[in-house]
Amino acid sequence: MTAQATPLLRIDNLSIPLPAGLDRAFAVDNISFDLNAGEILCIVGESGSGKSLTANAIMGLLPDYLTPTNGEILFRGKNLLAMREPELETERGRTMAMVFQEPLSALNPLMKVGDQIAEVLQVHGEKSADARNRRVLDLLEFVGLPDPANLRGAYPFRLSGGQRQRVMIAMALALEPALLIADEPTTALDVTTQAQILELIRKIQQAKGMGVMFVTHDFGVVADIADRVVVMERGLIVEQGPADAVLNRPQHPYTRRLIAAVPHRDAADAKAEVDGEMLLEVKGLRKVYSSGGGLFSKPRIVKAVNDISFTLRRGETLGVVGESGSGKSTLGRCLLKLTEIDGGEILFRGSDLVPLSASAFRPLRRHIQMVFQDPFASLNPRQTVGRILTDGPVANGVPYAEAEAKARELLDLVGLEVSAFDRYPQEFSGGQRQRVGIARALALEPELLVADESVSALDVSVQAQVLDLLQDLQNKLNIAIIFITHDLRIAAQICDRIAVMYRGEIVEYGPPEQVFDAPRHAYTQALIAAIPGSHWNPRLAVL
Amino acid sequence: MTFFKRYAQNYGALIGLAILVIVAVVALTAPLLFPVSPWQSVGDPLLSPSENPAFPFGTDMLGRDIAAGLAYGARVSLLIGIVSTAVAVVIGVSIGALAGFYGGRIDDILMRFTEFFQTIPAFAMAIVLVAIFNPNIVSITLAIAVVSWPPVARLVRGEFLSLRSREFVQAAVVIGQSGPRIMFTQILPNAISPIIVTASLMVATAILTESSLSFLGLGDRNMMSWGFMIGAARTMLREAWWMSFFPGVAILLTVLAINLIGEGLNDAMNPHLRGRKG
Repeated sequence: MTAQATPLLRIDNLSIPLPAGLDRAFAVDNISFDLNAGEILCIVGESGSGKSLTANAIMGLLPDYLTPTNGEILFRGKNLLAMREPELETERGRTMAMVFQEPLSALNPLMKVGDQIAEVLQVHGEKSADARNRRVLDLLEFVGLPDPANLRGAYPFRLSGGQRQRVMIAMALALEPALLIADEPTTALDVTTQAQILELIRKIQQAKGMGVMFVTHDFGVVADIADRVVVMERGLIVEQGPADAVLNRPQHPYTRRLIAAVPHRDAADAKAEVDGEMLLEVKGLRKVYSSGGGLFSKPRIVKAVNDISFTLRRGETLGVVGESGSGKSTLGRCLLKLTEIDGGEILFRGSDLVPLSASAFRPLRRHIQMVFQDPFASLNPRQTVGRILTDGPVANGVPYAEAEAKARELLDLVGLEVSAFDRYPQEFSGGQRQRVGIARALALEPELLVADESVSALDVSVQAQVLDLLQDLQNKLNIAIIFITHDLRIAAQICDRIAVMYRGEIVEYGPPEQVFDAPRHAYTQALIAAIPGSHWNPRLAVL
Repeated sequence: MTFFKRYAQNYGALIGLAILVIVAVVALTAPLLFPVSPWQSVGDPLLSPSENPAFPFGTDMLGRDIAAGLAYGARVSLLIGIVSTAVAVVIGVSIGALAGFYGGRIDDILMRFTEFFQTIPAFAMAIVLVAIFNPNIVSITLAIAVVSWPPVARLVRGEFLSLRSREFVQAAVVIGQSGPRIMFTQILPNAISPIIVTASLMVATAILTESSLSFLGLGDRNMMSWGFMIGAARTMLREAWWMSFFPGVAILLTVLAINLIGEGLNDAMNPHLRGRKG
């Protein structure tokens, strides 16, 4: 075999068994793929597909209880699995580097970012402090961070999520690796930041001729960045090929299913005007956070929700779209009176909720329910699913037997086994837990459902199912939904009207076709331009 | 996996449980094992453990059976340890839960009140309380409870403060549960493992405090206790080592056993840790 024919990375029949007693025997089962220098290979799959594990296996970061039993990971023709730890250590960072999903937890919070990058250089043998400093400045400059001289003295918490991810990328690039593994590097970022980071990775890859293995769950990102695509399902590779072929002519049913589930606005069907009875009128709602401030210093004031007004009819879905810090979650919390409100009116069925005391509002709570963001924090780990689902009706005076029957029905409705009733939340996956959260909200038969990023933690196919479920329930029960999300594609797909929030204010408000086709505000325009995979229509791929 | 199986994975906890069961059985059957009062002379004074097989732990300077003293002392130690801890936990959890859950001014008032108790040295205050009331088992138990609740209150307050802002608590607010109900059914079960660990340590501390009070002569006059036995033996330390040694070992083993149990309970009760070991 000549040097040209050897790919940068070749995974050959790799199998990694899982410990006994889990839902399947192999974490990854007999997978093979190549990554050539100078290309971006996207590994796509849902959670639990083994895609991150494959990345960790390449870097030698598998936990003790997972050992590959079969196959080879050939990096420039050398088998990484046969290497001992000291050899691997010299490869890691120097010739192959990794960027992680969560840039805050991947950086040491007590170390200045410049020092963290310098440390990478130091452990790989760069002795001269001057040379290290120069390289750190170069790297920070290269990844597009402003004012590198100052920024390297900053601690990670001072940086935004996107800046932190740029620092992570700078660290990964410190020794000019031949292989860069990026494990969901943009998942925790805002959509505009994501677009910038994707662009950065693409640019670096072209400039340095690296091979990039990009692990993601988002087909939009794949459409933007991939040269070739590997689709994984439950530890198996079901399809691989050039990006164009996989995205536009998917062969395997699983790929087709995934692509069909990608949220997308169907241009043709303009939503019919909902003419239900008026349910909610919000007028001039304000919420201010003030922090710090002592005797002599002014407190820091953030207008999280600033003079917001909108209306919502029965059976209507309002999408509240914005990036982190735009105040969209605070708006949701205000509507449920989970936080003090500083001004304005919330007219629910004509009566104002704002002046009600906590105990006066409690009997009304069952009409307004919420589906929370984090499926792991929103369920009490000490209670069984049954208890979680029956607590609400019982608190509102429904007899337990009736609540239990209802809860079992709901479990079925949201697509869970009825046996889930007696199990604890930690026995379920994120998607399953979120279904429990939705069932909990529905147990009270609410008229208004506030869904705060309720599907953002879910896999795309589960996401599509949950969105279908919500729409189905909306049609059946004629409930109004306020759908808070950062994902414009989802909002476009399911909402009757969309409110775009930016720094506590609604900057754009209207039906999806107006917001998307004729955005008036500059921010909305930037947001729409940043939607990943906007040039690709998943609906056409699976006709 | 059942609760006991999870608990049994921790061998230390099993040993602790075994020791505590033995101590408890001895305490319960003391009148059967030793029908004669432990205060009664039953043999020659100062018999060493090996001298007379009828007195395997020897006798003290008045010819009282050390073994009988240990058995009756176990009753006092366990009773005071458990009851005083239960009282302290009830006080501490109530105050800590209210302070942590409602916050604001209620929190300020309750925490200043707690600090008032924390600033006074616990043992000195226990002595004063027992001395003011007559030293009997009720006053000793209450005195120990009164000086030992502040750490529980602070711990529970901290747990409630952090749990209060979690999403599942907010979800409970949203489904219309009342404040007290949320405190008891949502937050308290999640705070229970640190409380139990602290409580088990407090049982141990209470036993030590009771022994110290008895050592100083502030024990219940009618009840034999380990601390009293050590206190009575201090003048005979060189002549009759067994008089202080065996009660000392009894205290050590009991306190150790309770600590081991506390740790085992924590491992078994905390669902986050489940399946991590073994």
